[in-house]
Amino acid sequence: MLYFSDLLQYSDTFLSGLRTTVELTVLTTILGVALGTTCAAIRQYGNTVSQRVVASYVELIRNTPFIVQLFFIFFGLPAIGMKLSPWEASIIALTINLGAYSTEIIRAGLGSISKGQVEAAKVLGLTFRQTLFRIIFIPAFEKIYPALVSQCIIVMLGSAVISQISVADLTYAANLVQSRNFRAFESYLVTALLYLGLSIILRFVLDAIGKRLFAYRAIK
Amino acid sequence: MSLVNLHQVHKYYGDLHVLKGIDLDIKAGEVVSIIGKSGSGKSTLLRCINGLEEYQQGGITVDGNEVTTEDIQVRRLALSVGMIFQNFNLFPHMTVGENIMLAPTIVLKKSKAEAEEIARAMLLKVGLEEKFDSYPEKLSGGQQQRVAIARALAMSPKVLLCDEITSALDPELVGEVLKVLEQLAKEGMTLVLVTHEMNFARDVGSKVVFMHQGKVWEEGDSKTLLSDPQTDELKQFIGAVL
Amino acid sequence: MIQFSNYDIISNLLFATQWTILLSLAAFIGGTSVALLLTAMRLTRNPAMQTVVRIYVELFQGTPLLMQMFLCFFGLSMLGYEISAWSAAILSLTCFTSAFLVEIWRGCIDTLPKGQWEACRCLGLSFLQTLRHIILPQAIRVATAPTVGFSVQVIKGTALASVIGFVELTKVGTMLNNATFEPFKVFTLVALIYFALCYPLSLYSKHLEKKFNVSR
Repeated sequence: MLYFSDLLQYSDTFLSGLRTTVELTVLTTILGVALGTTCAAIRQYGNTVSQRVVASYVELIRNTPFIVQLFFIFFGLPAIGMKLSPWEASIIALTINLGAYSTEIIRAGLGSISKGQVEAAKVLGLTFRQTLFRIIFIPAFEKIYPALVSQCIIVMLGSAVISQISVADLTYAANLVQSRNFRAFESYLVTALLYLGLSIILRFVLDAIGKRLFAYRAIK
Repeated sequence: MSLVNLHQVHKYYGDLHVLKGIDLDIKAGEVVSIIGKSGSGKSTLLRCINGLEEYQQGGITVDGNEVTTEDIQVRRLALSVGMIFQNFNLFPHMTVGENIMLAPTIVLKKSKAEAEEIARAMLLKVGLEEKFDSYPEKLSGGQQQRVAIARALAMSPKVLLCDEITSALDPELVGEVLKVLEQLAKEGMTLVLVTHEMNFARDVGSKVVFMHQGKVWEEGDSKTLLSDPQTDELKQFIGAVL
Repeated sequence: MIQFSNYDIISNLLFATQWTILLSLAAFIGGTSVALLLTAMRLTRNPAMQTVVRIYVELFQGTPLLMQMFLCFFGLSMLGYEISAWSAAILSLTCFTSAFLVEIWRGCIDTLPKGQWEACRCLGLSFLQTLRHIILPQAIRVATAPTVGFSVQVIKGTALASVIGFVELTKVGTMLNNATFEPFKVFTLVALIYFALCYPLSLYSKHLEKKFNVSR
């Protein structure tokens, strides 16, 4: 038998966990995409050395599990003198993780912009910065936006792991509740559905932002 | 004796009424050219004849058998109706020989040796016997279309449907494909073509069907119809394409 | 307290790596099998079956893998189905893997022109014959690179099995950390081993993709 009513008294715990997860997601999505954009620009237009550095960062992150990255940052870095709170460690780990994946995605977008666009901007006297921000970024992002949105959702779902360094997120709440009332199945099921709702909402919000961002299409 | 018969065929795409009561009778050995502007429903009509498209009213029979889109019906139909497409639809991962042998072996259950014999004979017919082991991507468009014809012929169909089969070809390659069709017509094969090749329709075809706004607007003997059109629409159409 | 030399740490980690590899293989095999089944269901064009597949994908792509593992492990045993950490890990990783692969493969099948299906219908091939002789051989060529690429995600996903107590590379890493108090060294080594497992697959996937694009 399932007793979902046993969960009701813990709704505050769930809500505060949900808030933590949402806050972290908003923060790291912004930071991660910003990091990814910077790295993608370096990877595409930078000098050889900086390109190599970015490529190594991307490959290192993409080929190791997030939980190991998190443990390395939270447990490993203090050992060499960088003390971090669980909250700080989580933000750094999530940002670095999303940054690496979005670098690859955004770079594909930058690569899809034809050379002619850059040359046309140059001929018109735009500086490199102006070209990047006014000519290249919008169409490049438009191309890869769906992939970027999916990646942001994957990272949000991956954030469940930070409960393991006792950040009081949604998963942490689920663990807490089930340790109190021993209703593991109900507790985890409700939490899974909350995550499902979050991923649907996140996709909806990011799609809406995309529509605003690429509104020039609608004018045509 | 009619081979293909359409009786009051209506077809809708949602609210769009694309075929508005088509009656058509095609006898064995006839070469029927269906002409008309794009959007007049001529390709749709062809695709209804071999069950690729559903129709909502009326009836179609091929060789006495009712045509429906039921999977099993389409498969039975495939034994008497061959189809050639505008963009060939050869299977890129198979050689020319394998393309042709596929259906005879797995649908007609012929032995490999038998199927190969058929395939080589059909390739000879379309003048590509040396391409048996080539892959489609190595061939020109005209050659690919001739392979597609050989592939359809290998199932010894009673009627061959051709859906704008020269439209995707470079102009200099159109002739080689039409020559194959002409040869088939001479051998008595029943052909139904949706085409823009008016010369071919007049010189080789026995009958022309002019479609306009989802209806058979005018039909008749190819030479008389094209030289002496009765309706303004057909006059206009002929004036535009010639 | 027992002293751990570097040799001890590395040999323990390498031993645990075997379990990571084994779990990855099991999850990958399970995942591809279920994904094949789901792909077939989707291709039948039966609306009910397609809906089932869509909900499956939405459910397992839209929830954290960690939560799926908790549900399998703690949840099922609370409902009276005793299940080992090993089985729970395989079960949840299979669901996770198949939900992603079925979507990846759908993309691959969709890139094949519709004319291929139509040509087969006109030649009288049945649905299964079309699938076997025409669609699958072509789809497999397109799908190999992204599938190999996804196997990296599967290997990384196995790290979460440590949380439900399955003793693999990450779990042994945390255990060694608790015993040695040398987190920097231990987790660097753990990360390097994962990298050594995953990076060759990433490279191979890229290589396949390039090879395929050239041959087209």
